[in-house]
Amino acid sequence: MTDLAASPRQESSLTALVRHSRYVLGENPVTGFAFALFVLIVLAAVFGPHIVPYDPLASDTSEALKPPSLQHWFGTDQLGRDVFSRVVVATRLDFFIAVASVALVFLMGGLAGVAAGFFGGWTDRIVGRIADTIMAFPLFVLAMGIVAALGNTVQNIVLATAIVNFPLYARIARAEANIRREAGFVEAARLSGNSDWRILTFQILPNVFPILVVQMSLTMGYAILNAAGLSFIGLGVRPPTPEWGIMVAEGAQFIVSGEWWNAFFPGAALMVAVFCFNLLGDGLRDMVDPRRRT
Amino acid sequence: MTALLDIADVSKWFPAGAGPGAWARLKRRLSGGVEKLPKVYAVDDVSFAIAKGETVGLVGESGCGKSTLVRALTRLIDVSQGSVKLGSRELALKPARVFARDRDRARIQMVFQDAGESVNPRFTAFAAIADPLRRLRKLRGNALKERVETVAGQCGLPLQLLSRFPHQLSGGQRARVGIARAIAVEPDLLVLDEPTAALDVSVQVVVLQLLQRLKKELGMSYLFVSHDLSVVRLLCDRVLVMYLGKIVEAGPAAKVFEHPLHPYTQALVAAVPRLHETASRLRLTGEPRSPIDPDPNACRFYGRCPHGVDACKTTMPALDAFGDRQVACHFAESFLPQPRIAS
Repeated sequence: MTDLAASPRQESSLTALVRHSRYVLGENPVTGFAFALFVLIVLAAVFGPHIVPYDPLASDTSEALKPPSLQHWFGTDQLGRDVFSRVVVATRLDFFIAVASVALVFLMGGLAGVAAGFFGGWTDRIVGRIADTIMAFPLFVLAMGIVAALGNTVQNIVLATAIVNFPLYARIARAEANIRREAGFVEAARLSGNSDWRILTFQILPNVFPILVVQMSLTMGYAILNAAGLSFIGLGVRPPTPEWGIMVAEGAQFIVSGEWWNAFFPGAALMVAVFCFNLLGDGLRDMVDPRRRT
Repeated sequence: MTALLDIADVSKWFPAGAGPGAWARLKRRLSGGVEKLPKVYAVDDVSFAIAKGETVGLVGESGCGKSTLVRALTRLIDVSQGSVKLGSRELALKPARVFARDRDRARIQMVFQDAGESVNPRFTAFAAIADPLRRLRKLRGNALKERVETVAGQCGLPLQLLSRFPHQLSGGQRARVGIARAIAVEPDLLVLDEPTAALDVSVQVVVLQLLQRLKKELGMSYLFVSHDLSVVRLLCDRVLVMYLGKIVEAGPAAKVFEHPLHPYTQALVAAVPRLHETASRLRLTGEPRSPIDPDPNACRFYGRCPHGVDACKTTMPALDAFGDRQVACHFAESFLPQPRIAS
């Protein structure tokens, strides 16, 4: 129906995006590196269990605490499990927790914040007070409390991480919606017969969305750290499951006796992942920022 | 001539500041006192009518309430008091958000000041023009596409630009998108809120010519808000001069600019730069009076007016008729051209 009008429009915006992305990559090659790392992490998360050389759960006490070698790239842990396989397999769980919690908080915080910024009044006050209340707690302690109270399952870790990030999303979305509330295009939309809800969904949200997507990438690193941190103190995923936080916690006991690889490699994986998401966020911000658009 | 839009005694006020604290308000309310908060009188008791096919100019300095007035009569905001009649239908009683889905919504449309800001940066020109047609005319598919292309053609917007986003368009092209969006639903009254203020002088002329042509072709009435007097003089049949929320002078554009009767209009006309200065020009000094709870018995222009006397402080001049014009000044008669008193 509207294909004739829609096709050149989409094509031109797509090619423009590709062109602009190329420009940003050229200007800041680190973003390209971050993208490459990101792809690697996603591949590890998707195919990890199928490509690792050893079963991450199979223990072999005769091989316990072997240093990195050609057979075991990252060495073996106290039960003789291959650290490399465990690190790679753990990617899926950690990545899933991060993506799920960020997606959840994106929906909750983003919608609540946009509504607060656009409608103002009571909506604004309620959302603002909820955000203030959450911010009043030390965030990691709050996450610990939520998981301790609800039980340490993956769902609850996701939920706790999302709640802890809520104020950040709600506030950004609120501010961005608020400055657009009086914009000319909102008045024009009202003259065109749009109700408040339609204006919110079709005029304001498309403008706030890209900014939140950048925020998603930036908080993803924090979400992974949070999940790993909860596991590290024993409030997260339970032990035999390969997870970076637990592996660091278990490996930490052996650092003093010189078996550093047990804690080092999962810790390094954690660092690389967080690093990658932060760089990616910076790059994405450059890409969606209209002031940097050509 | 029947009036297309007839507004009577329209006022719009906003609460000024926080007023007394919540606790003091509650105490006063409990003790049965009437709550009286300070208010900004953005628009105060304004009445005028626009006939079918007429172009009315609305001039006045920044902050005099022009924008509030047009937003009230396009029903983007609710009026505090008064009546807004479109034909024979009273619109002031409908809350703005209900009117957004009214069948008469399409009849009053508006072209905004800054076309760059009034087109959603995430919408293509096509989507922007199509929005009112989708919502108010329920057009879809090919009918929608045809209509958008017709309107774009009328506004001189090349069809290949329809797939562009606002930041890919020039100022003049954006202005055309804004105009096309407003006339797409064939309004009876088009409010132009300084449509050329953000444009280059060369583009201004083209856009004004376009507006003139569209008016002839589509038979719309215009309410032209501007502080560019020469443009108003050129385009408008009638002009309304606004000062601090009130209309101080109204009448045929040529007459008002030739022989302004209100001292404010005189100052406004004198402020237009001229190449050969003949007489010493009338200059205003001082600041406008505060629009917060203004004295209802004092002329709003008192204090800045070069002719002000004590009577102006105690009696608010009414908008009186002088032939085919109206002036709100005690001394309007003395400014009439014929019996000029040599001073």
